[in-house]
Amino acid sequence: MLPTDLLGDRGALWAVILGLGLVTFLLRFSFLGVIGNRPLPPFVLRLLRYTPMAVIPGLVAPATLWPAATGGETDPARLIAAMVTIAVGIATRNTLAAMGAGAVALAGLLWLL
Amino acid sequence: MSADPSAAYRRGFLASLPFIAMIAPFGLLFGVVATGQGLSMFETMAFTVMVIAGAAQFVALQLMQEGAPVLVTILTAAAVNLRMAMYSVSITPYLGAASLWQRMAIAYCLVDQSYVVGVAEFARQPGWTLRERIAFYWGVVSPIVPVWYASTWGGAAFGKAIPKDVPLDFIVPITFLAMIAPLLLTRAQIAAAAVSVLVALVLWWMPYSTGLLVAGIAAMLTGALVEMWEERRHAAN
Repeated sequence: MLPTDLLGDRGALWAVILGLGLVTFLLRFSFLGVIGNRPLPPFVLRLLRYTPMAVIPGLVAPATLWPAATGGETDPARLIAAMVTIAVGIATRNTLAAMGAGAVALAGLLWLL
Repeated sequence: MSADPSAAYRRGFLASLPFIAMIAPFGLLFGVVATGQGLSMFETMAFTVMVIAGAAQFVALQLMQEGAPVLVTILTAAAVNLRMAMYSVSITPYLGAASLWQRMAIAYCLVDQSYVVGVAEFARQPGWTLRERIAFYWGVVSPIVPVWYASTWGGAAFGKAIPKDVPLDFIVPITFLAMIAPLLLTRAQIAAAAVSVLVALVLWWMPYSTGLLVAGIAAMLTGALVEMWEERRHAAN
């Protein structure tokens, strides 16, 4: 079960919803709306290309090694399920297959261990 | 080919149908995880309608769960969405001449799928008029955005029925890993992922998840630099 820290502070939640919504819209609108057809420096375009790969692994790594659900203790079931997800994702190049394999591995391991 | 916006619309609609299989599970999952984390149906739907970017929504949920402050949460989740600025750049030559209101609506709907399908088709159809390109774009968006809303709603409505012992906490990491693992194709992507993980773990002690922001910037630079080096090496050979 997830902690429900959010329930304590509705103002913070709405600030995130509205703020993230606005920033995301501005990113999408940026060139289309304001900057027009002026070309961006190639290095900036390169940087933008790596944003998902730059943020997501770093977000997932601590949550995988020290999950909040086990109080920060490394949990073999979650760790192995994460490795299964990565392996299937690399082998099949298919997100849904990797998700399915990870979920099945997690459910199976939690039941076994 | 003569200008036929309705044919272009139908073409776009058909081209995006396969993506429903990808969008619906993420929408469902976001509904389930958000309500599991204590968000109401209204808050969950507001989130999904305001942001329409699955990965960033999951990042924001995860960071709020860890107790990160509002500004750090917004900045880190927005960093995941920086790629949208790149989509905006590459779609502008095709749709930049549309009216301001249309461009605003196009921008709101500019998600991974509408960008990928749109830019690929516009490149294949150099003879298309602006009206045909816009019609195609709305054809692509028509199934995608409603399915995103509806699946989030379904997940939020159905999520309450999930037993308490289902490890929902770990569904978000698994979803993320499943999204990025298939992209680990080039040295630059692998290097970016490795730097992201290492720096995030080393800086885990930093307050309010700010270590992740540093890791993101370091990994972005790594990816871009490795890509440049690889290109230079190929050019030299």
